[in-house]
Parts: sequence; C-alpha cells; structure tokens
Amino acid sequence: MTLSIFGVNIRVPMFCSLIIWAALWEVVGQSGASFIIPPLSAIFARIVEIVPTASFADALWITGKAFLLGNLIAVVFGVPLGVVMGRSVIADRIFLPWVNLFLSAPLTALVPVIMVIFGLGETTIVMTVVLFAVWIIVLDARAGVRSISPSLVEMAQVFGASRWQAFSKVYVLAALPEILSGVRLGMIRAVKGVVIGQLLVSIIGFGHLFELYSSRFLMEHFWALLFVLFAFAFTLNEVLAWLERKVDYYAAARH
Amino acid sequence: MTATRAQAVSQAPRAIVEVEGVAKVYPGGTEALNHITLDFPEGQLTTLLGPSGCGKTTLLKIIAGLIPATAGEVRVDGRRVTGPGPERAFVFQDFALMPWATVLRNVAFGLELRGVARSEREAIAEKYIGQVGLKGFEKAYPHELSGGMRQRVGLARALTVNAKVLLMDEPFSAVDEQTRRKFQEDLLALVAQERKTFIFVTHSIEEAVYVSDRIVLLSRRPSRVSQIVEPDIPRGDDPEDIRRDPVYIDTVEEIWQGLKKYLD
Repeated sequence: MTLSIFGVNIRVPMFCSLIIWAALWEVVGQSGASFIIPPLSAIFARIVEIVPTASFADALWITGKAFLLGNLIAVVFGVPLGVVMGRSVIADRIFLPWVNLFLSAPLTALVPVIMVIFGLGETTIVMTVVLFAVWIIVLDARAGVRSISPSLVEMAQVFGASRWQAFSKVYVLAALPEILSGVRLGMIRAVKGVVIGQLLVSIIGFGHLFELYSSRFLMEHFWALLFVLFAFAFTLNEVLAWLERKVDYYAAARH
Repeated sequence: MTATRAQAVSQAPRAIVEVEGVAKVYPGGTEALNHITLDFPEGQLTTLLGPSGCGKTTLLKIIAGLIPATAGEVRVDGRRVTGPGPERAFVFQDFALMPWATVLRNVAFGLELRGVARSEREAIAEKYIGQVGLKGFEKAYPHELSGGMRQRVGLARALTVNAKVLLMDEPFSAVDEQTRRKFQEDLLALVAQERKTFIFVTHSIEEAVYVSDRIVLLSRRPSRVSQIVEPDIPRGDDPEDIRRDPVYIDTVEEIWQGLKKYLD
C-alpha cells in the first residue's frame, strides 16, 4: 500500500490499518459508549491475566484434545473415503450427494442431534469437530485423486502394484497437495465446530468460559478469550498453508 | 542386401509377442483397431508407425495389458495376456515419474512393488541409473531434472525389472531435438547390449528408420497393418553414419510415400 502525504509517497505496511482500527477501538472503549466494547488495552490486560489461570489451561486442554482427536478421526476416515470416491465410479455415485449435502448444510443445526446421541460431554464435542471437518477433506482428497495423471495410474498397474500398494504408495502421495489443502480447510471448519459444540454444550471447555463471562457481563474477559481463539485459528491456517507450499512442486511437476 | 535378408529369414527369431485379430472399439463407437495380426520377433526393435490418432498407442497398451481388446488376443511367450505382467515393462510418453520420490526410488519402484529388499533393489537400480548416464543423480528429484533426464529415469525403471519385452510409447516426443538424437543413439546401444525385445511407438519416420529392425506401418483409424518395412542399414561403430547411409535416406522416403496417402 502506498500513501501520498504532502506529495511524498510513503510505503505503508498492510498491518498499519490494523493499528488505526485498534486506536479507534481504544477511543470508543475509553469513551464508555457501550459496555459491550471495553477499551482494547483493557482486553489485552485481561488476556495476560486470563491465559495463565487454571480454568483457562483446563479449557485449552479440553478444547485442544477434542480438536485434535476430531481432526484425526476426520482425516483417518475422510482421506480414504475421498480416495476411493476418486477411483471408483460406484463409490462416487453412492457418497458424493451426501458429501455435497453435508458440505453446504448448516451443520450447527445438527449439533443438538449429536448431543442427544452422545450426551453432554467431550464425545459430543469431538463428533461436532468431525462433522464440521470431514466433508471438505473427503471432497479435496477426491479431487486430488481425480487429478492424478492417468499415466501415473498406468505406471502403478504396469509395474504390478496391488490395490493396496497403488493406494498407499501412489494415489495418496500423488493427491497430497489437495489432501493437505483439504485438511487445512477442514481444520478451519473444525475450529468453528469445536467452538459451536462447546457453546451449545456450554458446560465444558471454552464454551463454559464464554457462558460464564457473557452471563456475568465480563466483556473484557469475553473479548480476551475471543482474541485468543482468533489468534489460534489464524496461526493454524498459516502453519498449514506454509506446509502446503512446501509440497507445491508436486502439483507443478505433475503435468 | 538380398543376401543378408535371406540369411535373416533362415535364422528368423521366434515371435515373443503375438497379436492375433486384435480389434478395439471404444465406448461410443470409435473404432481404433481393425483386426490386427502381427508378430514381434524376439530380440528385435519393432516400431509401430502411423499417422496421429491411428491407434498405435492403443495397440501398445493392449499388449501391455492396460486396456482390454474388444476382440482377438495377445500372447506373450505363448501365454495369453489378461493384464500387466512382469515380463513386460513400459516407458511412458510423459515419463510417469513419482514427483515425491528420488531418482533412486523411482527407478527401484518396480522392484519395490515386488517386495525386493531395499539394499538389493537399490543396488540393481544404481547399476541401471549408471547405464542410462545418470550417475550422481540418484538423490535428485524429478523436478530437478530436464525432460531428457526424466525420460532416462523412466527408461532405467523399465530396465530394472528385467522384463523380456520393453514397450515404449513415444518415449522421446516430449524431449527436445538434440536430446532426442542422443537418445536414439543410446537406444541403439541399449538394444545391442540388452538383448530384449523392444516395441516402440513413434510418429517420426526418421526416428523409426533410425532405431528399428522392423517397422510396422499402420493405416488411419480403424487401423490395419498397411506395410512392414525392414530397413537394412548397416549398424557400424559410428551411429552418425546411419543418418548419412543411402539406405536410411531411401527407406525414409519409401515410408513417407507410403504414409502420404493418409494425410488430408
């Protein structure tokens, strides 16, 4: 971004706009216009205060566990399903409508159903994460397998690969760029899943904290928690995007 | 010339690959091959040559067992082909290398699939990597190599499994002209050295005449065998001599006259 001040062009880094927004927030907060918007400085003070507490560590542990476990299940289940759908027309016809349906469905509405089946506990949170993450993983793995060059498939056949060998040694690796981007998108959805799950169950993890803070009008605490979650989701995305770029040469070398 | 041909007939090598009445009709009704009957003599390089889209590659892939024939059968070593088999190896037009694997692992892949122990298969692979002139590139990845070098990897992979029949689908068409010539020379050396049967698909008349013992001309779709040419070019020590040999030039011309009618 280039700004022109008094005829002088100055290159301004993109994050400067964040500083302006932060200053604006601080002014509104200090003016006491609304109790919903506490001053930003107070929120950051709260972050420093909340993060080392036991209840935060507890919530983080529960959330982290549910998040990782849910993602693991989604990957272990989603990648093979996507690969099979990419290779088999029959499997594709059977599963694709459902995958597309769930991909676009308002999944939040299904969380109460999961709650009925699995009860008000951690299992529900894990299943919510799976529900949010798995569909995009399936769809991307499928797309990845479908874009494998036909000659690589023939190569596996000609050199005598069994079905399992072709799957594990060729298809999964050839589709890895798409699979990874599916996992990244799945994880971002999983963040939603874990938060929505916990908010609806609202007796464990961050959901419990959110419930606690908002019911007692502790808006500084509330915002502090939200900022931490935002930062977490953002960092996760960046790390996975970086990982994806590392295998980018695959896709380039593929055609 | 007549004398050498007569001699060749008297010592006619047995047919290792027999194609009998093979036809291929693609779903949708496109007729690619029209009852082709053809023998491939052992230890020779036979080229399938014809206009683009004439079904050369289709025939090669049927021999490889990659696609089923609509009618007729292919026999390799007397056994009917029902799918790919260890006595046949394939060199792909677009190399078909695994971009995530090193040259060494790519070359050893056929043996890896057969469950050969790592040290053993890598020793064999290293030998063939050296033979195709890629010594020192064992740890390189395909994207770090030029097109020509990638095809050498593809060739080494096909050699490593020690198949009797090497099927090559326009292996040099994705390679630039200079590299191509070098490749053709190396292929001649390889044929002389390896005593394998090569079935080679190309659309280049010069290439076919340069490398082949026997050239099968296919007609336009639905393909039939229109002519079989056996270029009788002395293969001396200097591979460059071949391109200046009058027989080479005449054979190229003869084939060109034969194929010309399929254009337009």
